[in-house]
Amino acid sequence: MVGAVELGVIYGVMALGVYLTFRVLNFADLTVDGSFTTGAGVGASMVLAGQDPALATLAGAGAGMLAGVITGLLHTKGGIDGLLSGILTMIALWSVNLRIMGKANLPLLRQDTLFTPLREAGILGTWTSVAVLAACVLLLGAAVVWFLSTDLGLSVQATGDNGPMVRSLGVSTDFTTILTLALSNGFVAACGALVAQYQGFADISMGIGLILVGLASVILGQALLGRRRVWQAVLAAVVGAVVYRLIIAAALAAGLDSTDVRAMTAILVVLALLLPRWGLLRRLPRLGRGGRVVQPPAVAPSAASPAGAAAAASAAPASDAKGA
Amino acid sequence: MLTAAHLTLTFFPGTVNERRALRDLSLHLEAGDFVTVIGSNGAGKSTLLNSLAGRYRADSGEIRVDGRDVARMSEHRRARYIGRVFQDPMAGTAPTLTIEQNLALALRRGRHRGLGRGLTAARRERFREELATLELGLEDRLTVQVGLLSGGQRQALSLLMAGFTQPRILLLDEHTAALDPQRAELVTALTERIVDRGRLTTLMVTHNMQQALRLGNRLVMMHEGRIVYEAGPEEKPGLTQEDLMAEFAKIKGAEFGDSALLG
Repeated sequence: MVGAVELGVIYGVMALGVYLTFRVLNFADLTVDGSFTTGAGVGASMVLAGQDPALATLAGAGAGMLAGVITGLLHTKGGIDGLLSGILTMIALWSVNLRIMGKANLPLLRQDTLFTPLREAGILGTWTSVAVLAACVLLLGAAVVWFLSTDLGLSVQATGDNGPMVRSLGVSTDFTTILTLALSNGFVAACGALVAQYQGFADISMGIGLILVGLASVILGQALLGRRRVWQAVLAAVVGAVVYRLIIAAALAAGLDSTDVRAMTAILVVLALLLPRWGLLRRLPRLGRGGRVVQPPAVAPSAASPAGAAAAASAAPASDAKGA
Repeated sequence: MLTAAHLTLTFFPGTVNERRALRDLSLHLEAGDFVTVIGSNGAGKSTLLNSLAGRYRADSGEIRVDGRDVARMSEHRRARYIGRVFQDPMAGTAPTLTIEQNLALALRRGRHRGLGRGLTAARRERFREELATLELGLEDRLTVQVGLLSGGQRQALSLLMAGFTQPRILLLDEHTAALDPQRAELVTALTERIVDRGRLTTLMVTHNMQQALRLGNRLVMMHEGRIVYEAGPEEKPGLTQEDLMAEFAKIKGAEFGDSALLG
């Protein structure tokens, strides 16, 4: 239980990245399957080379950002479909990752990692370490919330919402798209480096299917906590990552094989997407689709002109532009 | 203020679908001019606006804003000088963002967007004042998602967002066509007010002849990628719908004559 929560919190870093592309940019970015391993590979290689583990993690993140930039360039400047751009980078990264790692599996036995202090203090695998890790991840989450509230962050949000409109306001959507993909893959790769240090090895196949884990986390969390406000959505991504690990842990405890996890993840994503649409979650007061807002009083309270009041009186249907 | 000279634009050149959307079109707007553009479907009105704004790149010709050559500038760079409102009320605003966030985006038109806070108390105050001029009560609903507004409200907001930072040129692309008559009337009145207040140099495409006559100090009629009729500040006030119909008939007649000759 504690172990699952702990791992979930660490995976929360990745969920933040997937949130940035999938929800903010409206872009299902498959690069993460590759960039997660890139982060792990770079991080593990540097730890093995005797580098500072914090530096190794940052370098891993940097390598991930580079991967994001490549996907972004393929999509924006190359005009290649978003899904395909991600797949191209992801596939290419498999070779690159093997080059970085030198072999398919890099064990980190008896190496100093970011988790060594926690282990030496004897709190790894306890609620104390969960609290410490959660504080760090939430700090990252706060940084994401802050970024999205800046002038630049607003234009990133609007890029996913209505690209032609932000271009007409003078924003280069190519730039905001590339930037967001870089940030997202930076988070994902940092998470890869962290997971490698946490589990004590980097493996060439550790990123396979990760995009679904990310989507499951983001969609589950946001189905539970809502996503009307940015902080809500960001918190939900992290919580979703933990919930996802708990569900998987429970399923494994119930007798499912670890090889069944991927199918389960896919089913989870499908359920999380469909249940709210079928109204099953909506009945619960705090659950359901957080994207909805209660219609505010339609008629303007101030002295509006008759025409204005008429315009205000009819309520447009809630926008569903971003779907479920 | 705005000069377009010899604009030519052909879609799908060299194919069976080849369409010459703009044919050597020239147009000049003085500062403060408000030109309405009318013409039948496919006359090239929207293409003209999109070429000026940079969404389409003209094949040849020159576009100058305030003397500056913008013909080869990308759309988002031109946006610094050019504000736009689209026909589709959904097109001009970001639906999942709030009213104040949309305005904050518009406020930085063509300027650097850094890591400063998008919404400050001072900006909110300014937005409240600007929204109050719409008289729709939106100033009390700053944090409402724009997707929840009606088409008319969204179009009014788009208009404000396009105009309140005083762009050199305001381009309106049939921005009332998708609204019901009552709301179209409201947005038309707002257009008049916002253009007046900012003394904006404006080019407005419309399907509605009445609107074309009511707004602006000049009128041009387009047909097959050319300007075929123009009424300046002297003639426009006296112009009637019948005059315009007669002009239309002249073009149609000429066309008929041509095809009769060719046939």
